[in-house]
Amino acid sequence: MGKIFVIPATDSMIEIDRLVKKFGDFTAVNDLSFSVESGQVMGFLGPNGAGKSTTMKMITGFLRPTSGTARIMGLDICEAPLAAQTHLGYLPEGAPAWPDMTPRAFLEFIIRIRGLDKIAARTALGRAIDMTELYGVLDQPIDTLSKGFRRRVGLAQAIVHDPDVLIMDEPTDGLDPNQKFQVRRAIEEMSEHKAIVISTHILEEVDAICSQAMIIDRGEIVAEGTPSQLAARSRYHGAVTLTLDTALKTKAAEALADLAGIHMEVTTRGDETSLHVFAASDGLEPSALLAQVRERMSAQAIAPRALALETGRLDDVFGELTRKARPPAPRYEETSA
Amino acid sequence: MNALLTITRREFAGYFSTPLAFVFIIVFLLANGLATFYLGAYFAIGQADLTSFFMFHPWLYLFFLPAISMRLWAEERRNGSIELLLTLPVSLSAIVVGKYLAALGFSTLALLLTFPVWLTVNYLGEPDNGVILASYLGSILLAGGYLAIGSCLSALTRNQVIAFVISVVACFLFTVSGAPLVLELFQSWAPQALVETLASFSLLTHFRAITTGVIDARDVMFFATLIGVFLTATVIVVDMKKGEGA
Repeated sequence: MGKIFVIPATDSMIEIDRLVKKFGDFTAVNDLSFSVESGQVMGFLGPNGAGKSTTMKMITGFLRPTSGTARIMGLDICEAPLAAQTHLGYLPEGAPAWPDMTPRAFLEFIIRIRGLDKIAARTALGRAIDMTELYGVLDQPIDTLSKGFRRRVGLAQAIVHDPDVLIMDEPTDGLDPNQKFQVRRAIEEMSEHKAIVISTHILEEVDAICSQAMIIDRGEIVAEGTPSQLAARSRYHGAVTLTLDTALKTKAAEALADLAGIHMEVTTRGDETSLHVFAASDGLEPSALLAQVRERMSAQAIAPRALALETGRLDDVFGELTRKARPPAPRYEETSA
Repeated sequence: MNALLTITRREFAGYFSTPLAFVFIIVFLLANGLATFYLGAYFAIGQADLTSFFMFHPWLYLFFLPAISMRLWAEERRNGSIELLLTLPVSLSAIVVGKYLAALGFSTLALLLTFPVWLTVNYLGEPDNGVILASYLGSILLAGGYLAIGSCLSALTRNQVIAFVISVVACFLFTVSGAPLVLELFQSWAPQALVETLASFSLLTHFRAITTGVIDARDVMFFATLIGVFLTATVIVVDMKKGEGA
C-alpha cells in the first residue's frame, strides 16, 4: 500500500466559509464566502452599513457568527480562537486604543501580551515604529494625538508582531493625502508574504493597492474580481473620451456624427468639454474607435486637449451595483389597538 | 498566566495615568477618617482597637468600589478598545481576572494607605494587632466581593453611570441582608432557618465575623465563592455579548 497524502483543501490564508450574521430580524451578513491567499490584498468595498465591519469583526473573533465560520491559516476562529488570533493583526474601525497610554507603552503592551521574546520584541517595536513613522509622538498620551497619528498607532499595533494575516477596517480613514500615501505604501511593502483584507469606501485606494476587490451590499457579494476586471464592468469601458476647448464642441461633434453605431455624451465644465464616445456592442472595437476619432479630429484640424481610451470606472460600477432598486423602506404606520 | 499579569499591569498603571486615582485615594482616606473619628467617636470610646475604623468599611465601600468597578468593562465598550482586547490571543477568563486583580490591587493600595490609623492606635495604647491584621484581611476580602459584583454589572452596559448605580444597588442588597435592622424585620415572623440563610448571604455578616479576629474558613470560603461566581458571571456576560454584537 502506498502512503496516504493529506492534501489541504486550499492554501488560502484566510477562508471565509458561508458567514451569516443576524441581529434580530436584520441580516447584516448573508452567506458570505471568499478566500485570500498569501500575497493578495483584498479590497472590501461597499456603502456604509453593507456589512464590511461586521464581517471583519467575525473574522477576527470579536463577534460570533450566526452560522458559518472563518479560518485563519486553516484554524477555525470559532473553534480555536486563540490559535487563530496569534496569526492575526487587526485594526478595528476607528482605530481604538487606550487614550491614557503613550504609543510606546501601548505597543509594548501588545508585544508582551502576544508573547514575543525579548530580542524579537526590540526589533518588532523598531520595525512597527519605522513603518508607521511614529518617532515624534512615542511618549505623548494617545488622546493628545491627531487623528492621523492615532490611526497610525492603531496600524502599528496591528503589524507589530508581523502577523500572517492582516485585517484592517478603513486604514486610511481620516488621513490627509500624504498620510494616505504613506499607509498605502506600508501596506504594499508588507503584502508580499501576507494575506491582507482592507475595507474602504475610497475607490482610488482599491486601484492603488488591492490585487483583488469585492463589492458587497446588504451583506452579499455583488461583484468580485481584480480591480481592473471590476472596472471593466463599467459602461465607460472601451469608450473614448475626448477633451477639448468648449468652443470646438460643436465642430467636433459634427465631425463624429456620421460614425456608424456610436452614441455620444457631452459634459461641459467651463471652457472644457468632454465628449464620451461609446461604440455599440456590435460596433467598432475600442482601438478602432480610438483610431477613427483621432483620424477625424486631425482631418478637421481640431487639436484635443486629451484623447483617451477608457479602461472603465470603478466608481461607476460601485454606484451601479449598490444603488440598485432597494425595496422601499417599510413605512411607519401608527396602529391603534 | 503571563498574559493575565500583563493585563493586570496595564490596567493598574491605567488608574494612575489620570489624577482620578489620586483624587479617589484622598477622598477615600478623608471619608475613612471622618467616619472613624467623627461617626465612630474613636477618641470618646477610649478603646485601643480599630473597631470604629473597620465598622464603616462596608458602607464606605458601597459607594467607593462601584466607582472603581464601573469602568472595568463599560469604558472599554464605550471607547471601542474592547474590540482590541477581545481579539488578542488571550483567553477571556484571563482578561476578566486580570482586570479584576488590577481593581482589587488599587483598592487594596487605598486601604493600606490608612496605616496612620494603625500607627495612631499603637501609639495611644496596646491594641491586639492580630485582630487588626485579620480585620485588614477581612476588609480586602470585602472589597474583593464588591468589586466582583461590580465587574459583572459593568460588563452589562456601555454606560458607566448605569454601571455605577446598579452596582451600588446590588452591593447594597448583599450588604443590608445581614444588617440587624433588616434581620429584625424578618425575625418576628420568618423561621430562624430563613433568617440565617439571609444573613449568610450578606457580606456584612462574614466581614463582621472576621473583624472579631477569628478567621473562619467558612467566612473566607464565602468570599472566595462569591468572587468566583461573579467573575464567572462576568465571563459569561462578555461572551454572550459577542453573540449579540452589542
